[in-house]
Amino acid sequence: MMRYVVAAVLALASTAAQAEIEIQEITSPGGINAWLVEEDAIPFVSLEIRIVGGSSLDRPGKRGAINLMTGLLEEGSGDMDARAFQTAREGLAASFGYDVRDDSFVLSFQALNENRDEALALFRQSIIDPTFDDVAVERVRSQVIAGIQRDAQTPNSIAGDAFFAAAFGDHPYGSDQSGTLESVEALTREDLLNAHADVLTRDRIFVGAVGDISADELAEVLDTLLGDLPTGAPDLPADVDFGLDGGITVVEYPTPQSVALFGHAGIERDDEDFFEAYVLNYILGGGGFESRLMYEVRERRGLTYGIGTYLVPKDHAEMVLGSVASDNNAIAQAIDVIRSEWARMAEEGVTPEELEAAKTYLTGEYPLRFDGNGEIAAILVGMQVQGLPADYVINRNDYVDAVTLEDVNRVAGELLDADALHFVVVGQPDGLQTSE
Amino acid sequence: MLRQLMAAGAMSTLGLTSAAADDVTTFTLDNGMEIVVIEDHRAPVVTHMVWYRVGSADEPVGVSGVAHFLEHLLFKATDDLESGEFSATVAANGGSDNAFTSYDYTGYFQRIAADRLELMMTMEADRMNDLILTPEDIETERQVIIEERNQRTESSANALAREQIRAAQYLNHRYGVPIIGWMHEMEQLQMQDTLDFYELYYSPNNAILIVAGDVEPEEVLALAETHYGVIPAEDNLPDRVRPEEPPQRAERRLIYEDPRVAQLYVTRSYLAQERDAGAQEEAAALVYLAEVLGGSSFTSVLGEKLTFENDIALFSGAGYGGVSLDATTFNLTVVPAEGVSLQEAEDAMDVALAEFMQEGVDPEQLERLRAQFRAAEIYARDNVAGIARRYGTALTSGLTVEDVQAWPDILQNVTAEDIMSAAERVFDRNQSVTAWVVRDKEEVIQ
Repeated sequence: MMRYVVAAVLALASTAAQAEIEIQEITSPGGINAWLVEEDAIPFVSLEIRIVGGSSLDRPGKRGAINLMTGLLEEGSGDMDARAFQTAREGLAASFGYDVRDDSFVLSFQALNENRDEALALFRQSIIDPTFDDVAVERVRSQVIAGIQRDAQTPNSIAGDAFFAAAFGDHPYGSDQSGTLESVEALTREDLLNAHADVLTRDRIFVGAVGDISADELAEVLDTLLGDLPTGAPDLPADVDFGLDGGITVVEYPTPQSVALFGHAGIERDDEDFFEAYVLNYILGGGGFESRLMYEVRERRGLTYGIGTYLVPKDHAEMVLGSVASDNNAIAQAIDVIRSEWARMAEEGVTPEELEAAKTYLTGEYPLRFDGNGEIAAILVGMQVQGLPADYVINRNDYVDAVTLEDVNRVAGELLDADALHFVVVGQPDGLQTSE
Repeated sequence: MLRQLMAAGAMSTLGLTSAAADDVTTFTLDNGMEIVVIEDHRAPVVTHMVWYRVGSADEPVGVSGVAHFLEHLLFKATDDLESGEFSATVAANGGSDNAFTSYDYTGYFQRIAADRLELMMTMEADRMNDLILTPEDIETERQVIIEERNQRTESSANALAREQIRAAQYLNHRYGVPIIGWMHEMEQLQMQDTLDFYELYYSPNNAILIVAGDVEPEEVLALAETHYGVIPAEDNLPDRVRPEEPPQRAERRLIYEDPRVAQLYVTRSYLAQERDAGAQEEAAALVYLAEVLGGSSFTSVLGEKLTFENDIALFSGAGYGGVSLDATTFNLTVVPAEGVSLQEAEDAMDVALAEFMQEGVDPEQLERLRAQFRAAEIYARDNVAGIARRYGTALTSGLTVEDVQAWPDILQNVTAEDIMSAAERVFDRNQSVTAWVVRDKEEVIQ
């Protein structure tokens, strides 16, 4: 077993207080890599496992297959039906998580030391040997369909569907991973087996572990849990351009308050200007009460309860997105304010005071994220997926501090384009129409 | 979303457990302010919270929403801070802050590097007494809370249905009025309404300080004496006696119709005993009852009878939130499967309940739940801020530190007989509201 130790000292905003976490990089005898933080204060362990690919690997015409397959992993495996499986899990008081997103499939596991091996065996069975029996398939299919019907009545989901369909068309990013009523109804057991084979592979797997477990014990766990996963993952989807021009799309929906999802093309996570963009977004709309948009739209004008913007660097496309909700008679004004603040930021950039305040917050907040075994395990996995080294946790605040006013304002001019912003508005907005 | 409302009863039943008692230290200042210190030295971080024993159920009649409106206004100016400076200062020190309002409490908190604790206390003590509001603050922030109600309630058929159900459940108690307020009363809230509330209730003898994280109890006490200890107690603080429920003598039924309803469902709430100081056994039995009936969609009684043994329910569940100053509710919900009517779903739910009352609790299920409650106590130690919230909700809901610490053992000692006799008492249809939530009445009543 190979093993490195990186002592990562997390300095807080204060000079005195420091947190120390020690990240060990290990490789199991079977060749599975993982990052581990040993923490023996509480007798349990958290594992977070991410396999790159996710629901974007749905085969043509099979939208929703991977999502349905994921929902079925806890519904029967080995010689256990759904109830037998859940009865066993509950008796062990372990938590198993199965989740799928556009670009990754995520497994999470939490179990007490006293029955960790039994819990692992049960978790392994659900991953490696799911049954997909007819009764379970029909039950979960009906749950997924109910979710699709619910989304069709939820303003934020309606906005997201319209926005992403217009931005990405036939690329997987252009449709919801749950699929459509038609595509989900048509899925067969064979489709689920294919989905399982496409997603559950060891080619692009990343593991974070935190808790009361040694490196040797973890190595054994990795081989037991994941060693039987096959190689041969399908190709990832191609990169795709953000294909939506500036403008407004109104989707009529009977509700007193309109919701708007807005955005334009963004910046890649590994772009050399990413930290500048990150700080910029914090000041524009990412920073809660301290952001310009929150001040202008909520605090100063009372037009909304909340507004936020986000950098969204997905694996195959990048966006800057934002969302806001306002009364039907106020949403047009809110959009005017957003556009003009967007343009002002692109032209004038941030002030030295704003930059300093953002750096202090972002560097002070970073160590506060490391507050629980499950949270730390998820951070460790996220870093590996992004290709960051373990010592990133030491250097990350230096990257933030290295952002200069000149650079952040250059990036503001390059990244932000008020004319390119497209707003999808769901509701009955006064004075807004779909643009030509 | 920011500055959120916390619905009473939203607390997970799994995890109502405490830190090891030896990590918790309590003090009381001379002015009556209670202090709870929860030590966790794993990371140099602290959560600083001040909880007031006042919530929406303490509001005067006619000004619903004032408790929550005031919570928003506490981020405006004081004699020492400009409007917005509180949160900006927290952020500039790398921390995050927020606040929440419920029926029984209002709370303010910051999470920040442990050596910034004194700065947090300085600012929080300042806004306990020295808030300065302007007419513009009132006008703008009233619009914000109206937008909040639009977002959370008016835009959600389910939220509107829940409001109607609670209004029908409570005949006299203020739990029947929404935390955020009725829209027509929110629109009329005035500065004097908020100041009357503030001047009476925002006082050290009505507050609990909770500090959790990398701190030493004696240091917290010394800082608290300096910053909170100098604030005078409020002599006119009223006893916390709300209008009580009369005997509930008739079952209530309602149909809520909204074209935005995606899934029809039937839900029933029963008036239920809450956790009381020194008497938490009934509530502990009800926690188990909710889990036994509807906790797991796979292994609970309703899950088995309505989904696995019969194709009646797409989803079924049971819920009970025991931390409440006054009587709480026990809730059952069934979302019918395709082709099943609401009448059939409700009938099947009642048959399942009747069978359960005959069959009793499966001993193996009871032991699994016991193991899960025990494990939840271990997992809970990973989240010291969660433990801080548990003390805050308990101490503002009529419970004591001793009650919080006794709770895990009380849960472990619940028997099948306790659960069944609690079920006998709580399932009284005369104290219940049954609601059908539908898209179109004509479709379901034929």
